[in-house]
Amino acid sequence: MSEPTEETVRAEVRAWLEANWSPDLGLVEWREKLIDAGWGAPAWPKAWGGRDLPPALASVVDQEIRRIGAVNVARAGIRTLASATLLAHGTDYQKQKFLRRSLTGEDAWCQLFSEPGSGSDLAGAMTRAELKGNRWIINGQKVWTTSAHHADWGLLLARTDWDKPKHQGLTFFVLDMHQPGVEVRPLRQMNGHASFNQVFFTDAEIPPEHLVGEVGGGWAVATTTLMHERRGADGTGAVGAGAASSDRQGRIYDEERAEVATVMEPYKWYPQRAGRVDLVIQRAKETGKIDDPVVRQEIAKLLTLARSAEWTARRARAAMAQGRPPGPEGSLGKLAASHVARAAARVHTLISGADAMLSGEDGPQNGVIAEILISVPAVSIAGGTDEIQRNIISERVLRMPREPSTDTDRPFRDVPRNFAT
Amino acid sequence: MQFSFTDEQHEFRAVLRRFFEETSPPSVVRRLMATETGWDADQWRALNTKLGLCGVHAPEEYGGQGFGFVELGIVLEEMGRALVCAPYFASTVLATTAILNAATAAQKGALLPPLVAGERIATLAFAEPNGRWDASGVEATATPSGGKLRIDGVKSFVLDGATADLVVALARRPGTSGEAGLSFVTLPGDAPGLTRTPLKALDPTRKIARLEFQSVEAELLGEEGAAAATFAKTMAQAAAMLASEMVGGAERLRESALDYANLRMQFGRPIASFQSMKHKQADMLVDVELAKSAAYYAAAAAADDAPDLMAVASLAKAAASEAYLQTAIHTIQIHGGIGFTWDNDTHLWFKRAKSSEVFLGDPTWHRERMMQAWAA
Repeated sequence: MSEPTEETVRAEVRAWLEANWSPDLGLVEWREKLIDAGWGAPAWPKAWGGRDLPPALASVVDQEIRRIGAVNVARAGIRTLASATLLAHGTDYQKQKFLRRSLTGEDAWCQLFSEPGSGSDLAGAMTRAELKGNRWIINGQKVWTTSAHHADWGLLLARTDWDKPKHQGLTFFVLDMHQPGVEVRPLRQMNGHASFNQVFFTDAEIPPEHLVGEVGGGWAVATTTLMHERRGADGTGAVGAGAASSDRQGRIYDEERAEVATVMEPYKWYPQRAGRVDLVIQRAKETGKIDDPVVRQEIAKLLTLARSAEWTARRARAAMAQGRPPGPEGSLGKLAASHVARAAARVHTLISGADAMLSGEDGPQNGVIAEILISVPAVSIAGGTDEIQRNIISERVLRMPREPSTDTDRPFRDVPRNFAT
Repeated sequence: MQFSFTDEQHEFRAVLRRFFEETSPPSVVRRLMATETGWDADQWRALNTKLGLCGVHAPEEYGGQGFGFVELGIVLEEMGRALVCAPYFASTVLATTAILNAATAAQKGALLPPLVAGERIATLAFAEPNGRWDASGVEATATPSGGKLRIDGVKSFVLDGATADLVVALARRPGTSGEAGLSFVTLPGDAPGLTRTPLKALDPTRKIARLEFQSVEAELLGEEGAAAATFAKTMAQAAAMLASEMVGGAERLRESALDYANLRMQFGRPIASFQSMKHKQADMLVDVELAKSAAYYAAAAAADDAPDLMAVASLAKAAASEAYLQTAIHTIQIHGGIGFTWDNDTHLWFKRAKSSEVFLGDPTWHRERMMQAWAA
């Protein structure tokens, strides 16, 4: 058999879609057909329902699915990170049990990494996993858990050995969220939304077959998850851009819209978090500040930053599409986005003047401007603070030496930390 | 090619980088910047006989290579990186581009081949002592006189103005103002009535001169009284190219600061291991990479003659100005005391950064132009 090319893949998927796609199917029913045909995750290995296609050809499949107006597999939320992690580190049993149901959308996932005592320093996790009889027993607390209240399964990083150095005492599990020992409470943020949760474990249980990787090998597994997260593989971008949630009529579209609405609910303020650069000129015209030379300068600085950041992201994507080794431009997006958001909040304040004191229906743009001003501080924290991003850039891109550490070469038990255990 | 380069363009850049590493190390920069003319005839000849650089963006019919502003941008970026001392910006970027934009076919045929071959040096004299970078600053007059024009007035900030063989100048019909009545003219560098005075430049690697015209006879270039549009376009193209040159210099500085931080030991460890240094370096990388993206986008806009060229060229120039100077400031700071000495090379680039910050318009001026394009 010859190697697949863009032409052969496009022709094959197109023919298959024309023969099989129908908006009258149920959402899961359709996705099962798509997966059975190998089009649900074409970049995955053949053994797990994929076709081993390189990313560029897999994106051809997506294009064709979009073109015909068909619904794709479930991608939004943590499920994509879960699948990537399990593909890399999971057992056959785990791949069998979880991968397919993640694609069909039957299972939803959450990521149980951050803790009140370990945010940037994830390897300092203190949630305890102890093997008692034939069960791992979990006690502790996680935080900043998006969609925990909708999740069926959680990716859990827990400490199994307190006498080893911090990175070596961690183990990675898949946790069943539907059990008595798991309590999910919403975490209210400074902008009033509650997009995240706190998750409390009191003698929660995990069967041994849900251990991912080795006992004590959890950090390597978590690193895979984080790498995919930094690449923006949590699918919210694609869904937010309106993958299929158009105004199309039909049962399957209704089902997908409902799914997307649930997954995207925590992210509804994210456009404001990013600063809404798109509103700036229109707002300046509305308020008349467009004639103020100082404000004009600040708007132009913001547009320069925002456009340059956008072009940098496109350079990174173009390099990837050409198969060139990633240059430094690919590692800067998160830090650049923080700069853009902060500058945008400053400019929106300048433009709004006294009205920046008002929110909700009394505020400019029915509260949207206020929501920008009180949401932007999240950008430079969530998904790795600016400071951690700078460490990553300086160490991994610029190859600068790490600072001497005081916590990695002694038992975790002896490392100073925030809470007694 | 707004976001990536072709294999050929990557190869072109690699060839240039090797060439300039050999021919323009800091020792050569220091030697040339101390001379009156600021450049070396042998080095200039090599630039053209070996690489044909003066013809990069000129059509083949004039002896050029027929590439565009993306390739020209690559040349500028590499020259900015190596701080090449040559009349390239004056002759190839400013004067040749102005001729390409404004001249009649016959004039191009007569003027371009020697410039494209690097046999003659030209410059563009447009700014005046008032320091304005657009048409409104032009006070010099071009008075019709027996089929020719007579130029009176003073031009300043003229790159390589004291050594150029050919001067392309911008002047206006007496009694006009603003964008009305502007003409490009050409005249020899040694024309009677032209007094050329080298100015003491803050950046000694780029020579500038004041040109005083007293009834100097000149040839009209292109259409009389109609140079406003071609001048504006030339300025946008030149701003995009200057942005490329600046990001090349900024990247070189960023790398030199990183090298030094990795070498310099204090408190028993390389200073590169301190978080304050690492975070500064990460910020420098963001500054430089974002400015590079803008410069590449603007070069592509110039190559495509895109409708938003003016705005994105201004954006790129403003971004490059801020990034270059900020990087130069950080680089001196990272070097500490040695960074402020004459023997350390950082000041050579610092001075180019400072001078380029205002040349062709400072960031504030360019930002206002962006706003006029995007928020009219």
